[in-house]
Amino acid sequence: MKKSSDSPIILLLSRVISPYIMLFGLYVIFHGHYSPGGGFQGGTMLAASILLIRIAMEEKVYEMQFKKSFDIPLGALGVLIFFGVGLIAMLLGGNFLDHHFLPIDWLAPADVRFMGILFVEVGVGLAVMTILVAIYDNLLEDDDA
Amino acid sequence: MLDFIAGHYDYWFIILLLIIGLYGMIMKKNLVKKLIGMTIFQASIILFYISGAIKADATVPILTDSISNADTANYINPLPHALMLTAIVVGVATVGVAFAILIQLYNRYKTLNEQELIERMK
Amino acid sequence: MKTINYLSLVAVGLLLIYASLGLPYRGDSDALVNQDTSLIGTPVASSYYIQNAYKDANTPNIVTAILCDYRGFDTLGEEVVIFTAGIVCFLLLNRERKIEKKQR
Repeated sequence: MKKSSDSPIILLLSRVISPYIMLFGLYVIFHGHYSPGGGFQGGTMLAASILLIRIAMEEKVYEMQFKKSFDIPLGALGVLIFFGVGLIAMLLGGNFLDHHFLPIDWLAPADVRFMGILFVEVGVGLAVMTILVAIYDNLLEDDDA
Repeated sequence: MLDFIAGHYDYWFIILLLIIGLYGMIMKKNLVKKLIGMTIFQASIILFYISGAIKADATVPILTDSISNADTANYINPLPHALMLTAIVVGVATVGVAFAILIQLYNRYKTLNEQELIERMK
Repeated sequence: MKTINYLSLVAVGLLLIYASLGLPYRGDSDALVNQDTSLIGTPVASSYYIQNAYKDANTPNIVTAILCDYRGFDTLGEEVVIFTAGIVCFLLLNRERKIEKKQR
């Protein structure tokens, strides 16, 4: 069973910094069209903010932030979002992952592709975040308990 | 001659990095050190692709209004960047799986030395 | 045995350095990958992306447009790879624990 850190500085600082890292990760995902960034980088930063709490705190605290049993199902959800965007385009008459055919009629064709990229980025970010957290959880879970 | 060296020296440093990674994978006996060698090897390959994308006097591949994109010499080559972005994340996943296997090996045989591992597997 | 290993390392290094002599200069914008048309006259992929990314997808960041639109299938395969890695970690590290619990 993992104990929380003894140092009050670590406990306080990790608690303060973690939400800001998470906010910046979300910014990197959703602003990926205009600046360096995207699903992979933003997902890694979200994972970093969750892992910071996981390293510093005890199990009871970090279970409240992000449950251990959620990480594989949410990763599957991320992959499913990606597949779903491709599949919708295919069902509506285009090629697989051809964002032109997404059912957003009121936008210009270039903007439809823009929205398709955004959905794909969200799926990638979710999958990368949860899988990195899942790898950490499974590696650190000791069997001496 | 000096021009040639200035145009090629980054390849030589990347090759040095690749040889260091290969040295870790071949010569070290500890499996974790082999894994570290593999990551260094991977980093050298990624650096090689990124250095192939450079164009002199060009800017990053994010379009701005002030720089025209009709002349492709104004923006560096975006394709290697996109390819290496996936390679980095796959590298992280590979390292995770490798560590999982190493933990299982250590739990079962109580060693990570290659020679001892082969002895105990018999 | 050890000397053979060292010699093979040096040999690989020399071979790679010899190969690097034929590579284009660093930052050479006239190199083959950076031109607009290839040797057989077809458009080169990266030049097409630079010229058409904003027109096609309204996205100034060309790398994002390539990653999620032009080469979306590539990214899909990559995401499946990392998901598989997560599942493999989960299965590898939990199987042993269940066996130990049964034995106790």
